[in-house]
Amino acid sequence: MRIAILGFGSVGQGIASIINTKDLGISIIALADSKSGLINPNGIDIDTALAQKRSGRPVGDSKISGFDIVNKAEYDALVEVTPTNITNGEPATTYIKKALERKKHVVTSNKGPIALHQRELSLYAQENNVELRYEATVCGAIPVIHVLKHGLLGNDITALHGIMNGTCNYILTRMSKEGLTYDQALAEAREMGYAEADPTYDVKGIDTAIKLVILANTIWDWGVSLHDIDVTGIDQVTPDALRLAENDGTTIRLIGEAIPSKKLLRVSPRIIPINHPLVVEGTLNAVTINTDMAGSLTFIGKGAGSLETASAVIGDLLFIRD
Amino acid sequence: MVQVSMKLEMKDTPGQLVRALKPISETGGNIIAVIHQRESSSHSDIIDVQVVIELIEGRIQDLIEKMKQQGVTVQRIGTERLIHRRSLIMIGHIMHTDLTDTVDHIDKTGYAEVSELQLVMPAIAEPSSARITIKASTASAMGKAVDILRDVAKKKEILIIEPLEDAQ
Repeated sequence: MRIAILGFGSVGQGIASIINTKDLGISIIALADSKSGLINPNGIDIDTALAQKRSGRPVGDSKISGFDIVNKAEYDALVEVTPTNITNGEPATTYIKKALERKKHVVTSNKGPIALHQRELSLYAQENNVELRYEATVCGAIPVIHVLKHGLLGNDITALHGIMNGTCNYILTRMSKEGLTYDQALAEAREMGYAEADPTYDVKGIDTAIKLVILANTIWDWGVSLHDIDVTGIDQVTPDALRLAENDGTTIRLIGEAIPSKKLLRVSPRIIPINHPLVVEGTLNAVTINTDMAGSLTFIGKGAGSLETASAVIGDLLFIRD
Repeated sequence: MVQVSMKLEMKDTPGQLVRALKPISETGGNIIAVIHQRESSSHSDIIDVQVVIELIEGRIQDLIEKMKQQGVTVQRIGTERLIHRRSLIMIGHIMHTDLTDTVDHIDKTGYAEVSELQLVMPAIAEPSSARITIKASTASAMGKAVDILRDVAKKKEILIIEPLEDAQ
């Protein structure tokens, strides 16, 4: 299987190094970072590309753009792993459309295009007889979309609850365990590289809401967007509140919640029994799915990271191929 | 649902207790406890049985009638009207936004009330945190009471943290 990778940050490099070390039958024939591109129908030398990137140089030729690769390179599947733009999903949405139009499969980790245009893009893929898969957009290494689309086929999904943002979960865990204030825990999360310089997107619950949009549209085809979700973040939670919860055998976590019978889509900090399977610590993610036949299922795993995200992308690629 | 405690008097004959309890299930009630004390000093052929049951509020009279027909004398001891409980956490300027008024909004509904409040105030001008426990007569009354609290909190810029009820 020949692939083209757009985006050569942490995720793109993770995918490339795995393909380089494991014999998966995948070859990378084109690669682009934000400044340059590289096409080689015989397969790109990944060691050189990774070394180039590590030394801070562009990975290829500045005259070759992402669009050139999407439109000209002879790949079977496009791997779109550029940074998320949640305002308009560009340029990723255009990359994905172009590739689908050329009847190429697409695998993406990019939340922007999927949260904004999932229905349209999936229809477009169907019309062109190719696959669009996006496991890596939600909960990193946890194959939650695969489970929902394949593993639980025939089940009615009656509720979904998840801890889907590692930054918030890390902050709440540290506030609870060490009695840190919100500001102290956030500063620590930044130091550890778990929080961005501008943490708004994570701590205000927006990232969780975007993932909830993707899951709700995948499960129920609701066609909802970020505006349809009632969102409250964790930035007002106090150590006292956590202590009050703990006196009761409970704790506080940021929960994304979707319940079709109540038409409910909500992201909010919630009181939850400390021994509930959803209560994970640190940067871990967890999702509980309630179904009519299979009962309740909980999945726990790493929600972010270079290799963890690569696992989701490579899983999608091999699923398409096999 | 209400929780009712009743003292029943009946004849000490075989099968009488079963007959006395049968109307409870017929009226849709749940038996929570049956306490039967045979007093050694009593020489009469009448026994006392205390039962605690859960029942839809409007059906209590119906139940008492049916028990009478079984030859049972019913002395109602008491009802615990509010049996649904839920604890929530509030964060914000809880005192300075008139805590009495916040609690009154729930208490004056008639179907729910605030039964417990634990308040932590770290420093002046800092947001305080409180755990508030609401008791309500039914699950839907609880839902309404929480909606009221949520509305009041929104106006007063208090964050409400609700328990997760649906993810089992």
